[in-house]
Amino acid sequence: MAILGSLIKKEVLHIVRDPRTMVITILMPVVLLLLFGFAISTEVNDVRIAAVVDRHTDETRNLLEKIRVNHYFTFLGLTSENEVEYLLRSGKADAILILRTDETRLKGEIVADASNPTNAQSVATYIMGVINNGVSSSPVLTYTLYNPQMKSSYNFVPGIMGMIFILICAIMTSVSIVREKENGTMNLLLVSPIKPATIILGKLIPYFLLSCIILLIMMLISYTLLGLPVSVTIIDVVLVSLLYIVLSLSFGLLVSTIADSQLTALIGSAVILMLPVIMLSGMIFPIDNMPVFLQFISCVIPARWYIEAMRKLMIQQLDFSFIYQEIIILFSMTILLMSLSICKFYSSQKK
Amino acid sequence: MDCAVKIDNLSKLYGKKEALSNIDLKVEKGEMFGIIGPDGAGKSTLYKIMATLLLPDSGKASIFGLDTVRDYRKLREKIGYMPERFSLYQDLTVAENLNFFASLFGVKIKDSYDLIAPVFSQLEKFPNRKAGALSGGMKQKLALSCALIHRPAILLLDEPTTGVDAISRNEFWEMLSKLRERDITILVSTSYMDEANRCERIAMINKGRILEVGTPQNLVSRIGENLFNAVGENMFRLLSELRVMPEIEDCYTFGSTLHIVAKKGFNPARAKLELEEKGLKGISIYPAKGDIEDLFIKLTRNEEM
Repeated sequence: MAILGSLIKKEVLHIVRDPRTMVITILMPVVLLLLFGFAISTEVNDVRIAAVVDRHTDETRNLLEKIRVNHYFTFLGLTSENEVEYLLRSGKADAILILRTDETRLKGEIVADASNPTNAQSVATYIMGVINNGVSSSPVLTYTLYNPQMKSSYNFVPGIMGMIFILICAIMTSVSIVREKENGTMNLLLVSPIKPATIILGKLIPYFLLSCIILLIMMLISYTLLGLPVSVTIIDVVLVSLLYIVLSLSFGLLVSTIADSQLTALIGSAVILMLPVIMLSGMIFPIDNMPVFLQFISCVIPARWYIEAMRKLMIQQLDFSFIYQEIIILFSMTILLMSLSICKFYSSQKK
Repeated sequence: MDCAVKIDNLSKLYGKKEALSNIDLKVEKGEMFGIIGPDGAGKSTLYKIMATLLLPDSGKASIFGLDTVRDYRKLREKIGYMPERFSLYQDLTVAENLNFFASLFGVKIKDSYDLIAPVFSQLEKFPNRKAGALSGGMKQKLALSCALIHRPAILLLDEPTTGVDAISRNEFWEMLSKLRERDITILVSTSYMDEANRCERIAMINKGRILEVGTPQNLVSRIGENLFNAVGENMFRLLSELRVMPEIEDCYTFGSTLHIVAKKGFNPARAKLELEEKGLKGISIYPAKGDIEDLFIKLTRNEEM
């Protein structure tokens, strides 16, 4: 135990003595959370909208007034039907609302600029929302549960957490182990009487603790600044995150047993882990929209299951019983990666 | 059980390349034994096998009767290994490095202090300096202190003097002789031929094979009497002229002179005349005292033929 203690102490010194890494590891989560939370958002603001009205009635006046006062819209004014294409094509308007009154029944039509499909979709949804509110006869009502204001700041929290832990745990662990291989100090550790398992623990524990600190920081930001609703699910969030941290650490260990230089370890973990995590985990692009082949691949990406579980816990506020599937998958992945990397570590010791 | 190190018919392959082939070696207890060879001769591979870090492909090695493969756990407490390029934690201080290695072996610095004192005394003045900021000679001393901290019975030093200035090298060898007085068996490898004379016995190794084993004096005496120095104004032309002379077996640059390995019946005075007829100036040829390097060149040339 004393040996493990001094291994951990040594590793902590390595981390603390390297201020650059320290700053990056602490700042990166904070910056990413704030960036995605505030600066970058998929919400559409200032939709420039013009209207074509064939007959003015109380109903149409009412509707236009609503659009005028809604802060999501900038109302450009009334226009004629043959101007519609010009306005959209020249980019002067994002959407045109065409209102026709036919035998006292109001019919709405939305023409939106779909050069950015995501935007067009949101714009159309907004306008629909306004119209449906006004036209009481409309049979369809839309409710958005869990995230009623459709704030995207929440939505990114699970994704960022999924990415950060893979980044920090996997990359930092693998680089630190490979650095010892490169410097030859790993050989000194191996010729000493300590057990290889102790060496592995001496590497994993410090980075586990570091990850816990980062988890704390990220949760603090999410629940205070970003305003995630606080509830008992926080405990589950912590537990699932700890499982995911262990999984990421095992991944780092596995990379370190394969890579021979710090550079390979870095590029290996960055390319193998980062891209799939960002592209295929559902963090940005919805998995259901992917081709079946990619959906299949996304199943083996741990971040996908973690992010899914986090969405359920943090945003939907569901309890543990709803994330059994994710937990079981993450847990088996951890066991698999851990045993694989330990086997590799033992066998690479002697060639 | 009398030998400290016993290596039988040891071979190691890296892929298809033979790093070590059929090595046989015996080192007595308390001996200062040198393994001399150029870079890439297989010295580090041999050390890694002795240090239980690599498995041999065939043959076996044992240290104090403990097999490097079977009894590696027991063996690890007995060896002090200092790999090539001083492997220390560059971002830890002198004291932290030493403390860390002491704790790995579960020993206290003060218990081994008498042993490391001659090596460590110079480092004591700056315990808080980072290992990465030390000079080559100081790094070497710190690495040696760390290798000695658990009072090993045998020191395996892999090229400890590479990249260290001449004064520190000299100091280092003196420290080794002090350790040798304390009954520590020392195996030291080097690519500097001039350091061979510091060892009691040496093994010359090249391309994974042992060429010769013996005391430096004994080995040097095998070179024989027919070794000459040659100097002249135009050394390059001199070398090429000498190489084509029939009574000369071999000629190579050696420091600032040329060494000639002559066949029997070589007459320096006649050779000088012959060269001067060809227009070479300032020639002088005189008998030379050979050393390990001459022997090494001779042995490797023989192998090539």
